[in-house]
Amino acid sequence: MFGSGVLRGMLVTLRHFVETYTEDPRRVKARAATPNAVRQTPNDARGLFTVQYPEEKLAIPERFRFYPMLIVDGTTGQDWCTSCGICAKVCPPQCIWIVRGTQPNGKPKPEPEEFYLDTTICMQCGYCAEFCPFDAIKMNHDYELSAYERHESAIYNKEMLSVTTTFYARTHPRAWAEESAVRAEKEARDKAKAAPATPAPAPVAAAPAPGPAPTGAASTRP
Amino acid sequence: MAAVIDPLIHTSPAPSLDQAFPDVVSIDAGGATVVQADRLLEVSRYLRDQMGYTYLANMTAVDYPDHLEAVYHLYPMKVIGNEPSQGLIIKAHATDKDDPVIPSVTSVWPGANFQEREVYDMYGIRFAGHPYLRRVLMWDGFEGWPLRKDYHEAYYEGDTKPFASRWPGGHHVRAEERARFARNVAYPRHWDPAKATSPDESLPVVDVSELNTIHTQKFVINMGPQHPSTHGVFRMQVTLDGETVVDVMPVIGYLHRNHEKIGERNMWLQNMPFTDRLDYFCSMGNNTGYALAVEKLMGVEPPERAEYIRVIMQEFTRVQNHLFGLGQFLSDLGAFFTPILYAIENRELILDLFEMTSGSRMMCNYMRFGGVAYDLPPEFMPLAHELAFERLPREIDELEEYLTANEILHSRTIGVGVLPAEAAIGLSISGPLLRASGVKYDIRRHQPYGIYDRFDFEIPTRPNGDLYDRYLIRVAEVRQSIRILQQAFNSLPDGPILAGRKAWQIRVPKGEAYGRVENPKGETGFFVVSDGTANPYRYHVRAPSFVNIQALREMSIGFKIADIVANLGSIDIVLGELDR
Amino acid sequence: MADAPGNGQNGNSSQSYELRLMTEEEFMAEDAAPPGILVTTFSKLLDAVNPAYNWGRRYSMWPMQFGLACCAIEFISQAASRYDFDRFGWGLTRASPRQADVMIVSGTVTKKMLPQIVRLYNQMAEPKYVISMGCCANGGGPFKEGYNVVSGIDQFLPVDVYIPGCPPTPQAFLHGLMKLQEKVDAERVQDVAWYRRGQTEEIPVPILGPDLIDPRQVPELQVALKAAEAERKAADEAAKLAAAAALAPALAALAAGQAQAGQAQGPAPTTGAETLPSGKPKPISGKVAKAMRERGLTPGVDPIPADLLPPGAGQGD
Ligand code: SF4
Repeated sequence: MFGSGVLRGMLVTLRHFVETYTEDPRRVKARAATPNAVRQTPNDARGLFTVQYPEEKLAIPERFRFYPMLIVDGTTGQDWCTSCGICAKVCPPQCIWIVRGTQPNGKPKPEPEEFYLDTTICMQCGYCAEFCPFDAIKMNHDYELSAYERHESAIYNKEMLSVTTTFYARTHPRAWAEESAVRAEKEARDKAKAAPATPAPAPVAAAPAPGPAPTGAASTRP
Repeated sequence: MAAVIDPLIHTSPAPSLDQAFPDVVSIDAGGATVVQADRLLEVSRYLRDQMGYTYLANMTAVDYPDHLEAVYHLYPMKVIGNEPSQGLIIKAHATDKDDPVIPSVTSVWPGANFQEREVYDMYGIRFAGHPYLRRVLMWDGFEGWPLRKDYHEAYYEGDTKPFASRWPGGHHVRAEERARFARNVAYPRHWDPAKATSPDESLPVVDVSELNTIHTQKFVINMGPQHPSTHGVFRMQVTLDGETVVDVMPVIGYLHRNHEKIGERNMWLQNMPFTDRLDYFCSMGNNTGYALAVEKLMGVEPPERAEYIRVIMQEFTRVQNHLFGLGQFLSDLGAFFTPILYAIENRELILDLFEMTSGSRMMCNYMRFGGVAYDLPPEFMPLAHELAFERLPREIDELEEYLTANEILHSRTIGVGVLPAEAAIGLSISGPLLRASGVKYDIRRHQPYGIYDRFDFEIPTRPNGDLYDRYLIRVAEVRQSIRILQQAFNSLPDGPILAGRKAWQIRVPKGEAYGRVENPKGETGFFVVSDGTANPYRYHVRAPSFVNIQALREMSIGFKIADIVANLGSIDIVLGELDR
Repeated sequence: MADAPGNGQNGNSSQSYELRLMTEEEFMAEDAAPPGILVTTFSKLLDAVNPAYNWGRRYSMWPMQFGLACCAIEFISQAASRYDFDRFGWGLTRASPRQADVMIVSGTVTKKMLPQIVRLYNQMAEPKYVISMGCCANGGGPFKEGYNVVSGIDQFLPVDVYIPGCPPTPQAFLHGLMKLQEKVDAERVQDVAWYRRGQTEEIPVPILGPDLIDPRQVPELQVALKAAEAERKAADEAAKLAAAAALAPALAALAAGQAQAGQAQGPAPTTGAETLPSGKPKPISGKVAKAMRERGLTPGVDPIPADLLPPGAGQGD
């Protein structure tokens, strides 16, 4: 019959419409419990699909990358960055500027004097974090960065980029656990090799228990 | 109604090129055939008519210190002998850099039209006999040939990255403060900016010659670059006779982001995130294409698991691209917003998978030379499994349920925008568009890359080449992709994901390579030339949208103005790679 | 109406709106109102209207349907069902600038596209806002170094909110959207620009010449070009002198018949292996290469004969 195709299509949309009323109430509770880690799984995502943004937010997977951040040791206040310059060199749009520090004796200091990142150029590819040999630069999860102005604030300096290890361990629990393990192992190896005179790197800050990642994994749906 | 053309039909071999043209061709160090420029047309005809190289996949140029070289990548649509042919590279040289001339091959392969215009635009090579040799990406009146090695932009800082100013004494300087204007920009002598005018954008004169017989006038309307149905900053000049389309001329370049110029300055690895921004729906596919080209030169092979992950990512990309493409196509037909909203829901779920694996929804930057960047996270598998085995098959059934039998869709699409098979091959069309015209050609099958030869899937083809077929072909391809995904999930091995160590300073052996992948939109090819340094000497992208858009004219002439928008939607262009 | 003069409620555009102290008389006039009569200024009255006025505006913004690049796809994503900016009353995207309130510059602004963008902006009716979405629109983004890319739309249009990111995720966009709502909320009817005459000026549409030309910068450009011309002239002359000096010994050598032209030694930089800062050999122009080949020399390997050197060689850019 002519028109049956159109009618069938309308039935489908009608079904979707009804689902928004039948499916949604089932998950109200779960959503209210964890408004900041909504994660829709394929079979659950029926009915109303909307994440009510400022009130609830989608869970951020751990690997999510926005702008980079510099890791500062939470206990000693020491930069992990040694200003080796690899991030500045590997950066595809070349948005990182580093001033290497000098010690009083004229030798380069393993710490950056200045660290600039032009956020109007950065393309968030994550190479800096991927290739930093000291785990000193990582990708931040903070995406709520809109501003009224860019000429003063869009160039991040060292201060704006720095976060503590605790912060990093909180946002990237899995990576933190893995990297800590690697560092501990390396440290142990170094110690075994040269028992006297160890230039031991600063001990790592307390790592949280590598339990299930709070973001990303769990579905909040029943 | 054209029959299905299967390229695996054999024809008898013809005498090879150096037998037929002994003194015209020579083989260069890389194994490519160099043809004397003045005999190029003759050789091209022979290649097409006698040897079966009917498909000009890619055409570009390279700027060497003492000459300009035009490069043509040809593939047969019919297989000669028993082996699937590996294609043929021919080259022609233009030694006079001040006035380089090479004959145009548009009369042999019409698909060379836009690609030759691009080469003219970027290198200044004049193609003798080209029907419409004008700048295509830049505007008329622009000074200079941007891709020549001696061309420097206003913000030029150095020939190669990394730039010296970043480290160890890096002080942030905004490029526009360093070079306000006039630096490196070639202004003609004695030219006065106060008297400058924009290029003549006036439209062709109204044709009134037929006024005595028919009481309609042809007139030209301009659609875009800001138009809701042009999928971005695409513009076309449409000549109409009443409501009937007489001519269509695409005007592009509004998103020309100098991808290739920047790519030749980048280090090899640095190009990877830039390829994300070509076809920004399919960054996984672009990554793979570029990785393939460079891996060919480096001679590395990704480990087993990485190959599987690549296939999974590419097929997910295909699914989400086709869903979104169909949604947009249907909104162009007037099916406002239901299909696209439903499609985006599924796309979002796929993007979630990309995000948790690679870190970004769209700009994945996931492939590396010899593998992939990260392993799949633990939560990936359950979600992906659910998606590939349950949700996507269900959703695609639902899409068919509410659309395929829809009478309005039928009346808008059946028999509209027909592209015959011969025209499609001639115009170098690729991807679903080609298969909807009845040509059974899919790079995954005919030139398998990665591990695609291990999967059991079909190449859907449709005989008619109209809008409805293009709709159906995409639905069918989504189904095939789901099939591949399911097979890949069932046999995904454990193991390393990267051959060798992670490295950022990559030196690539001297040579050139062309890596082509079957992206959702068609053949995405990366042509790279290495001179053995840390930066590519030449980096060219063969973008499917850029070539496929040439079909718009062929499809639209004779149909109504409302069908143009639908035709454009059915080509499924994306401006990021159309203009690069 | 016990209204202090000078508050500009009459729409008199000649009056300025700076903050200043009230004069003695005004102060007295306010104070001297008879008891029992509520006295207020017109401006204060309007303050009561402001919340409703801004509430209405911030929840009924109509964005222009206009996408430039990758960021536009994220814009579409957030307009679709998962993020749904219709919840903020922004869902009515309009294809015509005449009906739009906010322009979202979502993507790379190229020189070729810029005149159209400026024209569209000029066609929008006040009040109009501009959101710059993504690094590209903010400051050129990863493509900034390119020859066809504008380093930030704010060089041409007044931008209200910058959303960083490449691309900003849909939620980042919504955050920017709310920022703009806050901005709208802070506006006061009394001092918004669009109720006054002569307040908004049209932005001149850039010209596509040999390069993009901003009409506002033409005088500056003229000066720069003049300076460049003078420099070039001086360089030309110096090169001519140098070439003449270089030619003299070569001619002498030729006359002596002892050497090929290519071996001429002179003070001028006659080497063909001249390098660019990167260490790559500088390309030799086609004409020179051709002439060299005619003489049996290999371009790029053999030194360039002095008489083939282009004038000004070795002078740099
Ligand atoms: S900011 Fe990034 S995502 Fe947005 S248009 Fe530019 S390159 Fe594309």
